Amino acid sequence: MADLAIKPNTQLDLLNTTIDQPLITGEPTYHSITESVSRVVENPPSKFWFGLIAVTASLLLMLQVMLGYLVATGIGVWGNNIPIGWAWDITNFVWWIGIGHAGTLISAILFLLRQRWRTGINRAAEAMTLFAVACAGIYPLFHTGRPWRAIYWLLPYPNTMQIWPNFRSPLEWDVFAVSTYFTVSVLFWFVGLLPDLATIRDRATGWRRKIYGFFSLGWRGSARHWKHYELAYLVLAGLSTPLVLSVHSIVSFDFAVSILPGWHTTIFPPYFVAGAVFSGFGMVLTLLIITRKALGIEHLITLKHIDYMCKVMLAMSMVVGYSYASEYFIAWFSVVDGERFAFYNRITGPYAWAAWTMITCNVIAPIPLWWQAVRKNITAVFIITIFVNIGMWYERFVIIVISLHRDFLPSSWDYFHPTYVDICTFIGTMGLFLTLYLLFIKYVPMIAIAEVKHAVSHDIEKGAHH
Amino acid sequence: MAQTFKKSFDLRLRVFVPLGLLCLGAVALGAIYLGLPSNKDAGYRPEQPVEYSHKLHAGNLGIDCRYCHNTVDRAAFAAVPTTETCMNCHHKVKTNSSKLTLVRESYGKGESIPWVKVHVLPDYVYFNHQAHVTRGVSCVSCHGRVDQMIKVTQVAPLSMGWCLDCHRNPAPNVRPVEFVTKLDWQPDRPAEEIGRELIAQKGINPPVDCAGCHR
Repeated sequence: MADLAIKPNTQLDLLNTTIDQPLITGEPTYHSITESVSRVVENPPSKFWFGLIAVTASLLLMLQVMLGYLVATGIGVWGNNIPIGWAWDITNFVWWIGIGHAGTLISAILFLLRQRWRTGINRAAEAMTLFAVACAGIYPLFHTGRPWRAIYWLLPYPNTMQIWPNFRSPLEWDVFAVSTYFTVSVLFWFVGLLPDLATIRDRATGWRRKIYGFFSLGWRGSARHWKHYELAYLVLAGLSTPLVLSVHSIVSFDFAVSILPGWHTTIFPPYFVAGAVFSGFGMVLTLLIITRKALGIEHLITLKHIDYMCKVMLAMSMVVGYSYASEYFIAWFSVVDGERFAFYNRITGPYAWAAWTMITCNVIAPIPLWWQAVRKNITAVFIITIFVNIGMWYERFVIIVISLHRDFLPSSWDYFHPTYVDICTFIGTMGLFLTLYLLFIKYVPMIAIAEVKHAVSHDIEKGAHH
Repeated sequence: MAQTFKKSFDLRLRVFVPLGLLCLGAVALGAIYLGLPSNKDAGYRPEQPVEYSHKLHAGNLGIDCRYCHNTVDRAAFAAVPTTETCMNCHHKVKTNSSKLTLVRESYGKGESIPWVKVHVLPDYVYFNHQAHVTRGVSCVSCHGRVDQMIKVTQVAPLSMGWCLDCHRNPAPNVRPVEFVTKLDWQPDRPAEEIGRELIAQKGINPPVDCAGCHR
């Protein structure tokens, strides 16, 4: 493996999948690729960018106000109450964590599988992972009501109370799973950035040169540097790969380890991972379709990328659909009244609208992706990804709220009503996510310049484009 | 092309960044250490409105703790004595002492002396004196040698870990009930051995679950 990484050209030649059309379009040269990507970072921000960030930063401010209000008042400002102890907060947590999965999948698993098309989109997808995990972390942290106390509720360290977190609780596993995932994702992202930051540094002057110079850690692009870099990248890809599977498996344990009908299901770990990849690809596509247009990099993120991502999404949609069906089958097959009721109630009870929205968005809406014409139609793909984003939010809502709202004690059955704080907090985390994303596309090369050059080096040097 | 940073920058970065982090860590650890209940809370000795000496009354004169703190074996709260309790003796003893002016005023007006509480537990902790005293946990285990204190000082950290130390291993602090207020009790064999026997005999089982104290 190490050998292959040191001489990546060999690996591409040996293991490359046949490519029926060029990965990037136009007449790319090494210089034009550098220009297209660096231009975004170097040109002064457009009025459009300022307009967008003004909106998203305002939403971020709203998030801060909402969280401040929650800390000052207590989590009663959210709509959750017994029996619906988890509602929008955990729904949003799982939704955001799921969105984060596309980044690691694209950057790690597709890297190890030598899928060279990943190079155009991995940087942005990884950045989305980081931002999505940051958004996700807010919810469980503030669900505690007193986030600063979460330090001793969640982290094992010697303390004057002589108490230790409960290691039998999946909520504790979550802490380690998510924080490990975040740490490795940050490292992976940053290591991948080094050569490109150095490219920007070399083109910059003044204080910008100092800042990019600092973060490129003295990268000079010598053979020695590349050797270490390739190895580090490979090791980090290897570390990230099991995390793609483990993080959402452990998130699913939050539910699967309990005894609540609707949650207590062995299919949850693979089902959640597939759902996470599904929603992750949905969100990456949504944002990249806008970004490539806005930044004029349609020749770097091409229809081919979108086509591949649509195929992954379609496959995941089928896994998710299969899981839904399996849940109903097992509920019927178990002959357990509670199980049967939970699933009957899911599609016929007061929340039937949510369950059917979920099935429509996640199973039915992606069906058109079977046709290549749809996959090549940007507008159609964009609309489908919006369905997927909504559908996957509803999936978590369905699992959490519907299972809880009619629990074991019929006298306490209830219907969840979100408060304005619930709604504003959710919109606020979108503000956080988009603000970070806008800053990212403006100040960090959003396409892996070095990797794209590498991936297309064959085409360029042979003069494949006529 | 000129380099962005001098060669020495690398070395400085490698030395000063870890050094800085180390310093920050040391400062943080120091602050945490000083803030531990064993440093911050133990040793608390507030000024009291009346210069009452426990050493004189409980030590030299040998008045039993329960003469003044009379609810300690019958209630969760160990009563702070009323002025009437003081006056039981002081209407005959030292009737003209200037140190007792406030006591006499309080007695005359029927208003309490504003004693300052020394041993303060947070509101979210349930502590019951009766439960401890009637099972043979001596005053001295938590309050120290009050009979030798002129001004009462908190000696124990009263932290949760400190409570749990005893709840997990109560034997060294359990003694026959008749010696509970005998602060200078010296058993003829190891206290732990006596404690173990009493625990077995009385079936003492201190709670270590959350709801034992956080109710």
